Amino acid sequence: MSKFFARRKRYVSFFKLRFAMGLQYRTAALAGIMTQFVWGFMEISVFRAFHQSNSAAFPMGFEQLASYIWMQQAFLALFMTWFMENEIFDSIMDGNICYELCRPIDIYDMWFARSVANRTSRALLRCIPVLSAAFFLPQPYRMILPPDPLTFICFIAAMLLGMTVTVSLCMIIYMLSFFTVSPQGLRIIFAMTAELLQGIVIPIPFFPPRIQKIMELLPFASMENVPLRIYSGNISGMEAAKAMLLQAFWVIILTAAGKLICRSAMNKITVQGG
Amino acid sequence: MITMKNICKTYRTARRNAGFGEALRSFFHRDYDTVTALDNVSFTIEDGETVGYIGPNGAGKSTTIKILSGILTPDSGECTVDGRVPWKNRIEHVANIGVVFGQRSQLWWDVPVIDSFELLKDIYSIPPEVYRQNKDELTELLDLAEILRTPARQLSLGQRMRCELAASLLHSPNILFLDEPTIGLDAVSKIAVREFIVRLNRERKTTVILTTHDMQDIEAITKRIILIGKGKILLDGDISEISGSGDIDRTVAELYRAYEI
Amino acid sequence: MKSETQVKEHRVSALKLYLHYISIQIRSMMQYKKSFFMTMFGQFLTSFNAFIGIHFLFLRFHSIEDYSYSDVLLCVSIVLMDFSLAECIARGFDSFPKIVRQGGFDRIMTRPRNEILQVLGSHFELTRIGRMIQGAIVFIYGTTHAGIEWNFVRVLTVIFMLIGGTGVFCGIFLINAALCFFTLEGLEVINIFTDGAREYGAYPIDVYGKRMMRFCTFVIPYSLVQVYPLKFLTGRSDNILYALLPLAALLFLIPGYVFWRFGVRKYTSSGS
Repeated sequence: MSKFFARRKRYVSFFKLRFAMGLQYRTAALAGIMTQFVWGFMEISVFRAFHQSNSAAFPMGFEQLASYIWMQQAFLALFMTWFMENEIFDSIMDGNICYELCRPIDIYDMWFARSVANRTSRALLRCIPVLSAAFFLPQPYRMILPPDPLTFICFIAAMLLGMTVTVSLCMIIYMLSFFTVSPQGLRIIFAMTAELLQGIVIPIPFFPPRIQKIMELLPFASMENVPLRIYSGNISGMEAAKAMLLQAFWVIILTAAGKLICRSAMNKITVQGG
Repeated sequence: MITMKNICKTYRTARRNAGFGEALRSFFHRDYDTVTALDNVSFTIEDGETVGYIGPNGAGKSTTIKILSGILTPDSGECTVDGRVPWKNRIEHVANIGVVFGQRSQLWWDVPVIDSFELLKDIYSIPPEVYRQNKDELTELLDLAEILRTPARQLSLGQRMRCELAASLLHSPNILFLDEPTIGLDAVSKIAVREFIVRLNRERKTTVILTTHDMQDIEAITKRIILIGKGKILLDGDISEISGSGDIDRTVAELYRAYEI
Repeated sequence: MKSETQVKEHRVSALKLYLHYISIQIRSMMQYKKSFFMTMFGQFLTSFNAFIGIHFLFLRFHSIEDYSYSDVLLCVSIVLMDFSLAECIARGFDSFPKIVRQGGFDRIMTRPRNEILQVLGSHFELTRIGRMIQGAIVFIYGTTHAGIEWNFVRVLTVIFMLIGGTGVFCGIFLINAALCFFTLEGLEVINIFTDGAREYGAYPIDVYGKRMMRFCTFVIPYSLVQVYPLKFLTGRSDNILYALLPLAALLFLIPGYVFWRFGVRKYTSSGS
């Protein structure tokens, strides 16, 4: 038990350090917030133009879409697969990984915690200004509140699950890079696939129904798609519960797979000597 | 001839404090420190002289070099190099000087050294016959024949420094600034670099200004030293008069102690 | 400033020097062939996703304002080619923060050449060819479906669009580089005008409303290289002025250059 607390303290202090570092670069933080704000605004403008051209074909309410996009911008850091830990990649590439192995910590858990700390600290720093601005925008750009408190609680839970799916998917990529000749290529392909299938390029409801059905079963849809659609009220009730169950399913599968690959990667290192 | 007269230079730097609360505070408000890099610096260097410019880290050595090489404009004071004001007619000025930063390479990392030389030939508009002559001469003096076809990134530190020296001399500059040219070199390379600089000064009459922490460099290359500390010139004179026949490292250590720098 | 006698008779022209720089850059890149092809591939994929997004949106909505799928394809492909060309040429400005941080600008200042020429020569991003080819393919596909009647003036319009658009993007990269003299943080904000324009410039700017149109005409002249000539190209307007506007957009480089000079002066007085 005490060991658990000692470890948690270490992660908390790591998180605080990251947060402080983020604050130091204030101009960078402000610039990031502004970028995300403009991005969201432009994204909504495009959809508005499509909505005006053919509102009957719009698969969700327009205010739902606005909320979806603002939430996506605010919590970008939780779900973007581009935000990978360069330090981890570097230590794999140059073989410094061997030193990490000497430490008395499980490498999978350590990297996992580090990624979570990094993503949450980044997201927390950026979400508040983006969201507070989004609530005061004129229609139709304004962000709406969720219909009821329960929806909000589900949204938070789904967001945590979604982030866990994101991190465990990234973990698999880190682990696979032990086995590939080109970690860089692997990373690019992974990030691009994820970008399309998780609903960053366009939200999943905008795909043709048949493609949408398949996409929703994939782990990528369990990242941001579920929480953002729950928040905006696009999915609710049984549908939302099912989606969250699927998220939980992917968390278990992906972390298990990640740990398994991690073990064989470690074996590979110890056999080959790095 | 190089003259510096009452040159002053200050910088303003943002203060960064440690700690979580401090970081939060500095998000909204930032303090600045003013650092005096040069305080009334004056000296004259004649054509063909070799000068060792010494002092502890942060004393103002590289600020001086930057002013002399046209990178920085001083706050006040006058400075001319062969009649030119370095920061006023930069392009004309730098065409006649050579600069070697020991810690930074001027060669293109991934191509053979000779390709870098060829590019420098175009950058400095060196006439073909001058280029050929200089290149051949430098190749021989610095023993580069075997490494010219090697990409810079594959060279050892010593080999690289020899190439750096050649690169900065291809356009026959009258003045050569050397910023810690022997840093990190092995004994053999150090000696080669020192001997080359001495020879360059003797045969081409190139003015050499050298900053270094290695007192053997000073002993081997220069007669005159200028000691700078906290932005002020503390000492300017003949090295043999200062150290007599004693150990130069010890002499310099004593000087640092005497001036409390 | 410079007296005639001091200029040496032998002077290598800026163009020759620039080409020499590029040849060094390409030779360097070829030392890392694997990385080169990987980056090129990645570049290809990034814009590929954007096309997929546009494809599915049009599958659902059929048109945006009064622009058809093929109109938008023309627009997005030209913007993409502009952007790739600008990145290819002016990548040195884009990686300028790194140059400054590592003291590379000191080296530039100790060489007897124009600083901008040296920065441009410091980086030549051939990997953007992946995107450029993709842009060209989509352009060809778009034109065959948009039913444009090609004539000399229209071909010229496309060329002007490419020149003007590349110029505008280069101008933004230049401003980005000049900003480095003042701060090394917060440069991310420039992405709004580069990546943002690439992503959202896919659609003719008038779909974003009047205010955006005004901004993109008078502040950063995206409209001049995008929607106006596009109207001429697709026969929506006969105004020949619309075909020439892309060249006027090149004036944007002037304030960029002034800002750069200002930045260089600041650098020489603070050294960082």
